[in-house]
Amino acid sequence: MSYNDVDATVLPVRSDEDVVRLRQSVREQMIAAGFSLIDQTKMITAASELARNTLRYGGGGEAYLEKLLKGARRGVGLTFVDHGPGIPDIPRALTDGYTSGGGMGLGLSGAKRLADEFELESAPGQGTTVRICKWKPY
Amino acid sequence: MERIPILKMGDMLLVTIQVDMHDRLAMTLQDDLTSRIVKDRARGVLIDISALDIVDSFIGRMISNTAAMARILDARTVLVGMQPAVAITLVELGLTLHGVRTALNVEKGVQLLKQTAE
Repeated sequence: MSYNDVDATVLPVRSDEDVVRLRQSVREQMIAAGFSLIDQTKMITAASELARNTLRYGGGGEAYLEKLLKGARRGVGLTFVDHGPGIPDIPRALTDGYTSGGGMGLGLSGAKRLADEFELESAPGQGTTVRICKWKPY
Repeated sequence: MERIPILKMGDMLLVTIQVDMHDRLAMTLQDDLTSRIVKDRARGVLIDISALDIVDSFIGRMISNTAAMARILDARTVLVGMQPAVAITLVELGLTLHGVRTALNVEKGVQLLKQTAE
């Protein structure tokens, strides 16, 4: 997946503090788009899980936060890119409870459930790109 | 270093998390709380998360682990003040907070700890 959306805000994911700042940026974007408190909370929680993965497993990377427009629908998209070791077994990584680190194994699977759209691209040695979107209900 | 204050109320400890938690801060709180349980001979721990906008799997794990450690040290943990949006999100995330008792607010949490002590 190449990333070339010019409207996206690029946020670094290199420290714990970056994760906190990223959550705040996602919140601001969700509020600006008029999302409900529950949808804000879901998207920020998903962002927090994925940002942690980028930091812990990917060795840090960037997040791209963008406003989405599809017809009359508005949404928020968030893409995490790292150049870490990649995920050798994607179906396994998406299984609840599976963890290669010290987490609870809910990062990827939980983020997938919390978002409306979820895409994951990864290969050993190629890094990982995860994209999630949340669409505003009419 | 940034730290979350722990208040002593009788034989209980009260922690009110009022900042956006990052992972290191969560780990520091876990260590501080277990040390204080021993030092203050606390029988109960109240963790107030009413000011927290999100609880992700890492914070959830910290809370579960803290409750498990507290139990081994003969103290009971009650998590209080969870916002409805946080509860909805936790269920969807798949986090069960195993072994953690919850109450609506600090007052009800104190009642629950007192009942347990009797």
